[in-house]
Amino acid sequence: MSFEDAAAIVEAKGLSKRFVKRHDLAARIAARLVSGDGEEIVHAVDDVSLAIGRGEVVGLVGESGCGKSTLGRMISGLLEPTAGCVLFKGADRGALQGAEAKAARLAVQMIFQDPYASLNPRMRVEAIVGEAPVAHGLVSRADMGAYVRDMLRRVGLDPDFRRRYPHQFSGGQRSRIGIARALAVKPEFLVCDEAIAALDVSIQAQIINLFMDLREAFELTYLFISHDLGVVEHISDRIVIMYLGRVVEAAPTEELFAAPNHPYARALLAEVPRLGRQKRTFKPIAGEIPSPLAPPPGCHFHPRCPFASQRCRIEAPRLVAIAPGRFSACHLNDAA
Amino acid sequence: MSRQAANTLEIEGLKTHFFTKAGIVKAVDGISFHVAAGEVLGLVGESGCGKSITGFSILGLVDPPGRIVSGAIRFQGRDIAGLPDEDLRRLRGDRIAMIFQDPMMTLNPVLRVDTQMVEAIRAHARVDQATALGRAREALAAVGIPSPERRLRAYPHELSGGMRQRIAIAIAFINRPDLVIADEPTTALDVTIQAQILHLAQELCRNSGTAMIWITHDLAVVSALADRIAVMYAGRIVEQGPVEDIVDRPLHPYTRGLLGSVPSHNARGRRLAQIPGMTPSLINLPGGCAFRTRCARAGPACLSDPPLTEPAAGRQLRCFDPVMAEAAA
Repeated sequence: MSFEDAAAIVEAKGLSKRFVKRHDLAARIAARLVSGDGEEIVHAVDDVSLAIGRGEVVGLVGESGCGKSTLGRMISGLLEPTAGCVLFKGADRGALQGAEAKAARLAVQMIFQDPYASLNPRMRVEAIVGEAPVAHGLVSRADMGAYVRDMLRRVGLDPDFRRRYPHQFSGGQRSRIGIARALAVKPEFLVCDEAIAALDVSIQAQIINLFMDLREAFELTYLFISHDLGVVEHISDRIVIMYLGRVVEAAPTEELFAAPNHPYARALLAEVPRLGRQKRTFKPIAGEIPSPLAPPPGCHFHPRCPFASQRCRIEAPRLVAIAPGRFSACHLNDAA
Repeated sequence: MSRQAANTLEIEGLKTHFFTKAGIVKAVDGISFHVAAGEVLGLVGESGCGKSITGFSILGLVDPPGRIVSGAIRFQGRDIAGLPDEDLRRLRGDRIAMIFQDPMMTLNPVLRVDTQMVEAIRAHARVDQATALGRAREALAAVGIPSPERRLRAYPHELSGGMRQRIAIAIAFINRPDLVIADEPTTALDVTIQAQILHLAQELCRNSGTAMIWITHDLAVVSALADRIAVMYAGRIVEQGPVEDIVDRPLHPYTRGLLGSVPSHNARGRRLAQIPGMTPSLINLPGGCAFRTRCARAGPACLSDPPLTEPAAGRQLRCFDPVMAEAAA
């Protein structure tokens, strides 16, 4: 997105990530014999720009393999981009040095999908939550106990649980521990990567409510990555839709759900199962998401798009403004 | 329960318990329901409520330390609970089929798709290899798999998740079963693929008159697909009825809590009406209503077991304090 928001807390500029799989010996020999080329390259994220304003909740949606997690990991600093940069409060995070770089890193935290895999099973809750703030000098070791108790209370856990190990908790409680760990270093920005996908419906609702309470209490900004459009619709101010490594549409939530512009966005929103009175007939989008190893040329969506023309097969559409605050990458908008 | 003859499956007072060292786990504790031909029953509940064990019990797939303690499973009028394994095997995959959540687990990774499909056909019918292959090809085409000829010769790992689940569905429907039990078959899939699978299931049931039990935790999915919904909690069906009744006029506090937890059922940005606490452990579950510890309306009466009542035609409820005010409106 090209809007230069002065209040943007985090901004991704032309971010790309390419994963290169080097061939092993056998594949190299085979490639030489059959005149194939050397490596397999996956364009996980392809030139994505995204500005997120202070206090905003941005939902990032797309099907598996569309690059939404990779984008989230680059924004949180877990992955180095192949090209492009991430600005934190206007400064290029990659160029920052020393204390400034550390502060910028701490300010962006991540909450992971799997509450089972993302907590060290050999550490007590006290260490999981308290280690980072002590290491970074946010609290003294002497105050750690009180600080951890306060954090646990904030995320709705009994502070008496702090001496326990992760396996002694349920999935919902583990999610809360992961959230407490992220909050402990006083971040301003949270990247939530499918943070509630593994939970039961009633526990999901509890965690969604917790996210909304914490947003107020800590003045947080969220990038909320999910494949669940119902959840994203509920908590996001703005929604960004990705398809095969590219952003296809970005719009304020209500406008997007009222009138999606991109054919993929339209199809995706139509698929969301809703609590309905009557039985509906499902009319699915044909086909599946193509392999990112060999994405189709031109617009990535054209093989599944009912409106595809010759131009879509050759030329990749650019993400352009179609209304104030709304962006879409589709050639159909030029014709109108 | 009245239309005895038309029901493909009738379950009465089914109890499946697991006798573990830590105690007796009453995974399924006295449930009754029925499914008619061509009907889709949504069996809804959260993890650990016993919905999958219900499915396994019907197929006789409960392993020790678990076993069916009591109750009848009448399939086309015949009680199949406790039938010898040999008789059950004749039913499984032929008259009753199951679709599991993870297609990677149900397809054999070292066998090609054609081998697995032909095996499923020839296990139940005396047909030659060529006929069976032809039927396998038709079945793949019927579930919308492009170039079925090529997919037949593929191994499961060569196919995407959506494709594998479609093959699992093709195998489930290949012998035109009378009953299909689908255990969260779309949970692992993307929304666009999920819609394709739902569409497929809908069509297959409509066209072949197959009865289906769709087990899921996702009320939104089941509300669009099923004819009736049964809500399970801690091994019991707490509420049962036609989809529109359950969604519009839920009577049990748990059903209301579940519906309130669905984001798209709420105003955007509002707090969700959450259920406090979590599902209880089923080991040595105390008597009375299992939901009472999380229920805002619980009273002293809830310490004893709530009886099964019929608040309206075709509806069943296990609660002392149905939310009658809303129901009357």
